[in-house]
Amino acid sequence: MATAALDPAHATSPKRSVLVDWLTTVDHKKIGILYGASAFIFFLIGGLEAEVIRLQLMKPDTHLVSPEFYNQLFTMHGTTMIFLAVMPISAMFFNFFVPLLIGARDVAFPRLNAMSFWVFLLGGLFINASLLMNAAPNGGWFGYAPLSSRQYSPGVNMDFWALGLQILGIASLAAGVNFFTTILNMRAPGMTLMRMPMFVWSVLVTQVLVLLSFPVITIALVMLTADRNFHASFFSYNVAGGDPMLWQHLFWVFGHPEVYILIMPAFGIVSEILPVFSRKPLFGYSAMVFSMAFIAFLGFGVWSHHMFATGMGPLADSFFSLMTMLIAIPTGVKIFNWIGTLWGGSLQFKTPLYFALGFIAMFIMGGLSGVMHAVAPADLQQTDSYFVVAHFHYVLFGGSIFSLTAGAYYWWPKMFGRMLDEGLGKVHFWLMLIGFNLTFFPMHFVGLLGMPRRIYTYPSGLGFDGYNMASTIGALTLGVGFLVFIYNVIRTWRTGAHAPADPWGGATLEWAIPSPPQEWNFAVEPTVTEKDALWAMKRAAGVKVLPEPPLVSGKGIHLPSPSWWPLFTSFGILIFMVGIMVKGETHGFPFGPISVFGVLLTAFSIFKWSYQPVDHPTSH
Amino acid sequence: MRYLHVPRPWYRPVGLLGALAAVLVAGCSGPYPQSTLEPRGDFAAMVDSVFMTTVYLAAVVFVLVEGALLFVLFKFRGKPSDADPKQIHGSTVVEIIWTIIPAVVLAVVAVPTVRTIFATAAVPATSPDGQPPLKVEVVGHQWFWEFRYPDLGITTANELHVPIHRTVDLRMKSADVIHAFWVPQFAGKRDVFPNRETRLWFTAAVTGEFPGACAEFCGTEHARMDFYLMVDSAAAFTAWVDRRHADSTMMYTGAPKHAADSVPLASMDPKVARGKQLFTTKTCVVCHSLSAMNPFKDQIGPNLSGIGTRKMIGAGWLPNTDENLREWIEHTQKVKPDVLMKGLPPISDDEAAALIAYLRTMR
Repeated sequence: MATAALDPAHATSPKRSVLVDWLTTVDHKKIGILYGASAFIFFLIGGLEAEVIRLQLMKPDTHLVSPEFYNQLFTMHGTTMIFLAVMPISAMFFNFFVPLLIGARDVAFPRLNAMSFWVFLLGGLFINASLLMNAAPNGGWFGYAPLSSRQYSPGVNMDFWALGLQILGIASLAAGVNFFTTILNMRAPGMTLMRMPMFVWSVLVTQVLVLLSFPVITIALVMLTADRNFHASFFSYNVAGGDPMLWQHLFWVFGHPEVYILIMPAFGIVSEILPVFSRKPLFGYSAMVFSMAFIAFLGFGVWSHHMFATGMGPLADSFFSLMTMLIAIPTGVKIFNWIGTLWGGSLQFKTPLYFALGFIAMFIMGGLSGVMHAVAPADLQQTDSYFVVAHFHYVLFGGSIFSLTAGAYYWWPKMFGRMLDEGLGKVHFWLMLIGFNLTFFPMHFVGLLGMPRRIYTYPSGLGFDGYNMASTIGALTLGVGFLVFIYNVIRTWRTGAHAPADPWGGATLEWAIPSPPQEWNFAVEPTVTEKDALWAMKRAAGVKVLPEPPLVSGKGIHLPSPSWWPLFTSFGILIFMVGIMVKGETHGFPFGPISVFGVLLTAFSIFKWSYQPVDHPTSH
Repeated sequence: MRYLHVPRPWYRPVGLLGALAAVLVAGCSGPYPQSTLEPRGDFAAMVDSVFMTTVYLAAVVFVLVEGALLFVLFKFRGKPSDADPKQIHGSTVVEIIWTIIPAVVLAVVAVPTVRTIFATAAVPATSPDGQPPLKVEVVGHQWFWEFRYPDLGITTANELHVPIHRTVDLRMKSADVIHAFWVPQFAGKRDVFPNRETRLWFTAAVTGEFPGACAEFCGTEHARMDFYLMVDSAAAFTAWVDRRHADSTMMYTGAPKHAADSVPLASMDPKVARGKQLFTTKTCVVCHSLSAMNPFKDQIGPNLSGIGTRKMIGAGWLPNTDENLREWIEHTQKVKPDVLMKGLPPISDDEAAALIAYLRTMR
């Protein structure tokens, strides 16, 4: 068995097929890859939706798609990119790298981690299945009441949305508990909180945001589902006394922290990449930690800046304006500290650095238009116009996606043991930078010129035509950029150069172990003495790169055993939600037989899961 | 005039030049009738002023910070063989400085922000023309706008007439889902709700016809929920009000006026007479009123008073030509899918022509 144990692909359990191995895995690295692969496919679907949107808006008075389908497209684009692309691509990095960066062998709750993934995947497939039924959600990713009520959205479209988000919320909350616990409890000896890599800090802050904000949307969605399916009236304005405004408050109390959930991991990734490629530690580590925490804290006090147009009155407007402006201070500190990290460095222009620099440059612009939105009177003109579309794409695409792409190029060698091609990576970067700006920069202007959001077409004569044409050309350029990335991945997979353990001169522990890591990550638990643990080890050894670590037998290392029950639990949850949708209108008892079956399957699976031994079958 | 008292920052001309340059760079040409950058009323001018303050500060910050980033990229380019640079972990002094500077910049933005929030919050008591503000009730419907003038007893739809230099006091509601009322040249957006009244105001400083739109997503035809703001001279507005009262007098008292209704059917142009009958037999009348003196609240279809001479049909986006009107009457669901005008008796070309002839008499 010695050879099998040395080969990571067969280390888990030689008797299991590859498919069963992946379906039952509790290895955080495999789960990370599963997250990444599924999320990238969802990202491509969301991107395709965006391309159709851009083709529809390329010229005035176009009839490429129907108004109804257009509304489905933009709702699905937003929902997909937020919940099925950026969040789970971040989750890929959380899963794969948090244990490696803190010197752990797995996350705190490996089977819960598997469940998070399966629940996420089934939720994503559930929402996207609506497209095949021509009944995709069509009320916007924000699902404002009363448009989302049964009265104004009679089809199953918004049921797919409400129940789908509910499923995804379960995945996010379970992962939130898991990573919060992992980071606080499973750090290697000597890794105090203030010695943690900045990416781990960003994950910790993100999970706090998840744990505090997702319960709000969970409850709001329960209320919406009750309104739509069980004759409640929380958000309708009939005799029962509901209020559509309540939905907006609940949604944005979740929704604003949610945008920080999307950007925090991006901060973390860039904070890892910049020091490595400027060969110089992160400038102002403590300020970076506290600014992230401060942004997250303020993130819970600014939700109503999404609602200036609702007419909350001058006091509320002033409060939320000023609170929002405050966020610019810690954000500015982060940007200055990143530039401070580069300052005086020896910049190594590899692809990850290109994308990280692209992130800083674009995020500055998104931040500046963000301050313009914080000015409540100006926001009255900008909100729900293309100006805000430009703004949030500068922070979510120019910010999150640029940073996640940087992370993909940076960590690809560690995840798959091969180097992505540098030349193609740089082509990808320039296509993305040019395409991105060509798509979204004109949107500032067309928004200020009066083009509202979420319109399936516009008349000629308002001066919108040229800007929209430019945006569409930019969107197609972006699409080509991602085709180059896909080509790069396929080429690397087939013929890419094998990656050494430490291709970039890394500062953190993941570069101390083989690429890709063996199942148990660290054959010997590392001990940490200061920040940038690997740099410290290299300094202590007096070398620039440590000798290639040998592959070792994992004999005697305890690892959690694979399990079917997380997958079955996830199916139980999915079936329960489907049951609510299929049953729809009910007479009295709110749950049909499908839902009851779902609950029973979930309960049974959790019961079996609880009594399953945790030891690895091959480790004894 | 209140709008003239809005301070015009010294850098304003520079800003317009900058905007113009950007427009030229993008290869686009005006006119931009729905632009927020060319305010034509006091509310929009105040908003524009505070917005331009942020634009200029943002431009300075942009140049400095992106400039620093670019400088670093060229200055500190290294080679793989280079020795490690000096390992600096931070600098408390520098970090305090660059925490304070943004705070100061934001304070400069915060003061005019709060001032403008309060200045735009309440409706002024009197208009620049000395009259009390003109009250208008706005009702958003899927997908058209209803406008009522409670003090004048008038209801109309999709074309809001207001006099120049008179502050307009909008009290807004929705008949169904949330919409947002937006005439960018005059004021910011304001959402309209089914269960609460929201307020907005503006004073127009120029006459003319200005497009506006619904800015909050409100269902299938959100894109086609536009309207026109007609800013009339004082005299033209009075004339328009009189005409609206006139159709109504005609509708309710039969007093002879210019419209065809005052003439007995038998002595009417036969085509118009047929159209008048069809308006009832084809059930148009169930949802649409031809009278501006409309006693019914929350009418199902848009009020059609003066439809014969309106600029647009279909909520502000189709020019009011016979051809468009015919297409609308015969194939509503093709022209604007999902509007409530469906499941009606079919209408032939002949019948449509008669209906149009009749509607054209509504002036």
